Amino acid sequence: MLTEATQAKVPAAAAAPLLSVRGLEAWYGESHVLHGIDFDVAPGEVVTLLGRNGAGKTTTLKSIIGIMAKRKGSVKLAGTETIALPSRTIARLGIGYVPEERGIYASLSVHENLLLPPVVKPGGLSLEQIFTLFPNLKERINSQGTKLSGGEQQMLAIGRILRTGANLLLFDEPTEGLAPVIIDQIGRTIAKLKQDGFTIILVEQNFRFAATVADRHYVVEQGKVVDMIPNAELDQNIDKLHGYLGV
Amino acid sequence: MFELLGIPPQALFGQVLLGLINGSFYAILSLGLAVIFGLLNIINFSHGAQYMMGAFVAWMCLNYLGMNYWVALLLAPLIVGATGVLIERNFIAQLNSSDKTRSVIFVAVALVAFVALTRGLSEMSVAVKFVIAIGIGLAASSAYSWRRPFAPSETQTDHLYGLLLTFGIALIIQGLFRNEYGSSGLPYQIPPQLAGGQNLGFMFLPNYRGWVVVASLVVCLTTWFMIEKTRLGAYLRAATENPTLTQAFGINVPLLVTLTYGFGVALAAFAGVLAAPIYSVNPNMGADLIITVFAVVVIGGMGSIMGAIVTGFTLGLIEGLTKVFYPEASATVIFIIMVLVLLVKPAGLFGRTA
Repeated sequence: MLTEATQAKVPAAAAAPLLSVRGLEAWYGESHVLHGIDFDVAPGEVVTLLGRNGAGKTTTLKSIIGIMAKRKGSVKLAGTETIALPSRTIARLGIGYVPEERGIYASLSVHENLLLPPVVKPGGLSLEQIFTLFPNLKERINSQGTKLSGGEQQMLAIGRILRTGANLLLFDEPTEGLAPVIIDQIGRTIAKLKQDGFTIILVEQNFRFAATVADRHYVVEQGKVVDMIPNAELDQNIDKLHGYLGV
Repeated sequence: MFELLGIPPQALFGQVLLGLINGSFYAILSLGLAVIFGLLNIINFSHGAQYMMGAFVAWMCLNYLGMNYWVALLLAPLIVGATGVLIERNFIAQLNSSDKTRSVIFVAVALVAFVALTRGLSEMSVAVKFVIAIGIGLAASSAYSWRRPFAPSETQTDHLYGLLLTFGIALIIQGLFRNEYGSSGLPYQIPPQLAGGQNLGFMFLPNYRGWVVVASLVVCLTTWFMIEKTRLGAYLRAATENPTLTQAFGINVPLLVTLTYGFGVALAAFAGVLAAPIYSVNPNMGADLIITVFAVVVIGGMGSIMGAIVTGFTLGLIEGLTKVFYPEASATVIFIIMVLVLLVKPAGLFGRTA
């Protein structure tokens, strides 16, 4: 449930949001993980979901893309209700998903991994543009997908959904376990994608990284959104945020 | 002429050829099983029955419709593959559905239809009534699920049930054909274009047998190429490795699963048509062969396409050579190898451990 304070702040993004999540609940088998997630994302925004381990950030992304089998509530993408749709249909509405485990296929080469997600909308990046963002991929184009380093796999996981024309990108901890130089590269990539008009939802543990790329931060706690902090007000709210994240 | 270890060359090469022919069937059949296992994660126990159906459809095409071998070679895989698509949609996929109403409707309607047919039309054979009843049941259950989204159950049903289901389907199919055609076997002539043979000097090669080896090699390598080198094959490999994520990219994995099952079944039917002129067309032909094919699959390991092909041909050859050098073991050599492989490398020679 939203507190009075956050509800007051929601309208900042409510001018025709690209994605609107209301009362989203989800279950793993019998275990109830999301208890009513509410948030909005405006077109062209970069928004993060912050929170402790197990708060439900990853599950929220999985529910948006539709791979949580049991979910209810409302997820509207540009006005289309997706809560009852299978993930393949949701993806074709223009959502690109980068899972936490990156999901690089071992039985596919880098080139095949890149070409796997079907183009769902016009306006996606060409392979050349993707290679400009991530030159490493071009050098390793014929390698087996999982033979790449962790950083290269993350670049591949991001690169392959940029081809599809999806305009809403879901990144689940893209910096996890990566060297600082790679994290910088991914940060620059996200900034570049924002500049190009992509809308991005970022799940992050590393809020120092999140602060460098995001417009707003939603704080998730025990399956609910408990607070929203605009990036500009992060400094004033840093103690509160430390409290939420337990750092 | 020369002799090899006291074996006349005619006998040796004759058995090598016979081994290659058996190997051709092992290769196509284990390839189909491997393709199906890769994506559906079930061992298709009705594979032998579907091979037999291929031979029967060829026989029916010739005797009822006057269609020759070459037409049947194209048509039988399509027809039997289509029955495979029906089986996957209506039975195998239903194992993972949370909505059991559809299956209940199917069983109830098919049962009522069968009883009604049995009472009403006594001149029709049991097998035909059964097939009509199944058709009516499928029509009713499809009408129910028309435009109703497929609701997957939250937990995957154990693959063992898929195995038991396809095993039951195999027994039903074999029973129906035995009921309709008896079990003594029906003759199927070698197509006139492939009658006769070549004298190679060291042995006589019947044209049809040469054709079987070439045709199965071409089909196996084409399948390998499709899966390993094409865009469609990349979808298939991706869906095999991570179906959830592949679906989240917008790829219709359930459709891919259905078509893959249909394709695997079509491969079996193709082998059945190839076999029709060599072995007689018999309801038990699949049941006899499939036990050996399962041993081949265990040796090669599930999930490797090239592994299935290589193992199929190699074991056919080994079996042929055993007939020459130690005929007493020829019926068991594949199973002995299976036991040895299981002891040393349980996932099979080319297998990835699951």
